[in-house]
Amino acid sequence: MTASLGNRRRERIDALAARAGALPEGDGGVSLVKSAFRRLRRNPVAIIGAVIVVVFLLVALFAPWLAPKDPYAQSLLSEVRQGSIPGPRPGYPLGVDQLGRDLLSRLIYGSRQSLVIGVVATVLGSFFGLLLGVLAGAFGGWVDTVIMRFVDILLSVPGLLMAISISVLLGQNQVSLMIAIAVTQVPVFARLLRGSMLVQRDRDYAVAAQALGVRRRRIVLSHVLPNSLSPVIVQATLSLATAIIEAAALSFLGLGNPDISRPEWGAMLASAQSVLSVRPQLAIYPALCIIVVALGFTLLGEALREALDPKFRR
Amino acid sequence: MSRAVSSAVRGAAAPGQPPVLEVDDLAVTFTRRGEASTRAVDGVSFAVAPGETIGLVGESGCGKSVTSLAIMGLLPKRGVEVSGSVRFDGEELLGASDKSLRKLRGADMGMVFQDPLSSLNPTVTIGTQVTEVLYEHRHMAKKDAVAEAADLLDRVGIPDPVRRLGEYPHQLSGGMRQRALIAMALACSPRLLIADEPTTALDVTIQAQILELLRELVQGSGTALIMITHDLGVVAGLCDRVHVMYAGKIIETADRHDLFARPRQPYTGGLLGSVPRLDAGRGTPLTPIRGSARDAIPWAEGCAFAPRCDHAQDDCLTEVSGSTIPLEYDGPGRELRCRHPLQYPPAATGATAVGAPR
Repeated sequence: MTASLGNRRRERIDALAARAGALPEGDGGVSLVKSAFRRLRRNPVAIIGAVIVVVFLLVALFAPWLAPKDPYAQSLLSEVRQGSIPGPRPGYPLGVDQLGRDLLSRLIYGSRQSLVIGVVATVLGSFFGLLLGVLAGAFGGWVDTVIMRFVDILLSVPGLLMAISISVLLGQNQVSLMIAIAVTQVPVFARLLRGSMLVQRDRDYAVAAQALGVRRRRIVLSHVLPNSLSPVIVQATLSLATAIIEAAALSFLGLGNPDISRPEWGAMLASAQSVLSVRPQLAIYPALCIIVVALGFTLLGEALREALDPKFRR
Repeated sequence: MSRAVSSAVRGAAAPGQPPVLEVDDLAVTFTRRGEASTRAVDGVSFAVAPGETIGLVGESGCGKSVTSLAIMGLLPKRGVEVSGSVRFDGEELLGASDKSLRKLRGADMGMVFQDPLSSLNPTVTIGTQVTEVLYEHRHMAKKDAVAEAADLLDRVGIPDPVRRLGEYPHQLSGGMRQRALIAMALACSPRLLIADEPTTALDVTIQAQILELLRELVQGSGTALIMITHDLGVVAGLCDRVHVMYAGKIIETADRHDLFARPRQPYTGGLLGSVPRLDAGRGTPLTPIRGSARDAIPWAEGCAFAPRCDHAQDDCLTEVSGSTIPLEYDGPGRELRCRHPLQYPPAATGATAVGAPR
């Protein structure tokens, strides 16, 4: 009785509102992702991080057009002497290195190496990490136990040591460097996703879906997993930063590409060591590049964490 | 105790019709490593006939929700032991395969949960969540499912259903969310609906609407409804029979009118006495029950309610009486677990009971 009365009233109000043009048009709904993006745009930290990341991406992408010189060409070799390396001059904005190659061009090309290693290592690491995490989180029981103990073993080996051993095992090249960094990322992603899925699996909506007779596979894939991903997205951004730093560290140690003439920030740092007293800028600039790019990804990651975290939602 | 008597009582509640759901001696024990195990539900038996609405009433932590989850088979498997029997349509559910349970859930048995916001997936639209059930149990094509989903939302009183299908749970009001959940639970016209405190998270005006909606939906279709609540107002408005639970056991069973007119268990009496009444004079104080549910003692040691009971006597404790208190026949349609129930004079039309709280 009250319901039908309510209906009649509602219809009347709706009719009035429609006449006044006050009835809101269907906005199609704002998803969590969209509202997170909106919050992100209002956060200055996110903007700074995003600008750094975008500049880095553009530089890496358009390196051949941006670099003033060929990064391999030893053009000013005649002027490099013991105890004196030419500084900035027309055509060479940052000077040259001890082999007479243009520093700016090498830095610009170096961004490509860092980007490729960072992205490939993070994609590989997160893919296998998420695979393990989903298996553990979805099945639980002994599957969970076995996977998590395996992950614990991976985690108990220090990251750099693990990466060095893998580089040694697989030979000294770019691919083994990426695999090495990826392996150190796997346990982080696996644990993160599993933990997040365990929380989500016991949430009311998962139980409610179960009460509706929805298949377990569907509950895991379309309910639990999407809700568990936000910490993973954040971690992926932060992992890019660590991967770039680790890539630089490993090639600094000489575990990267054996071809040392290739422009790569870590390798540039390593080769600048011997001339540090003559021209410290050769070490400072690549180090600055590594720091700024890693900072950019970290800032973006932290801002993403805030945007995706329901506690910060207004 | 004598099972013949108790089943006769149940038969009286639903003449002629075989019950949809029979719960017999259901017990749920939670065990945790390094801790004493907890018996959350202990020897609970009841039955629900088609079209009947029963209420499970009690304070927080008395085992109402665990009972409902055990019926649906939704309790976690690790650390939980369920014994007794739960028969749906004569078919035993305890120990049934996951697959057969899944086919029953959502199709023949529906459930509405307490908090509508957390019971909906925040990252998926309402439409996706409603159609999911239709795909799963009614194997509908996408177009039909969307149309049916809109129709379902319309039936539970959600205005502008087509637009709502594309929205996310956080964009709906609390009442609308609960309506959407009810629509999902009723999508396959189940024969049994369990509503676990469906109005607790809602404000009072919405509560009335949701209860009215449930009543309409159940009355029309012959669906059996188990209403789990601590709100006696809900019981008064909706339930045919009421089972009062305390510390995991049913302590009193009665038809709604009998229960409100003559509560026999002092606990039931206490619950009724602590509800404000419109016909009481101004300034009449409410009579609360002493203590809290934490004060309950194990049933093996005596009546769990004894520490809080004004009528408790020595033989309420097992050490003195030598036996645990059974659930016994207490007049037509009534069962009672109490040694010293509230007494009423023989012809008590409107008279105040001796020792009754009002």
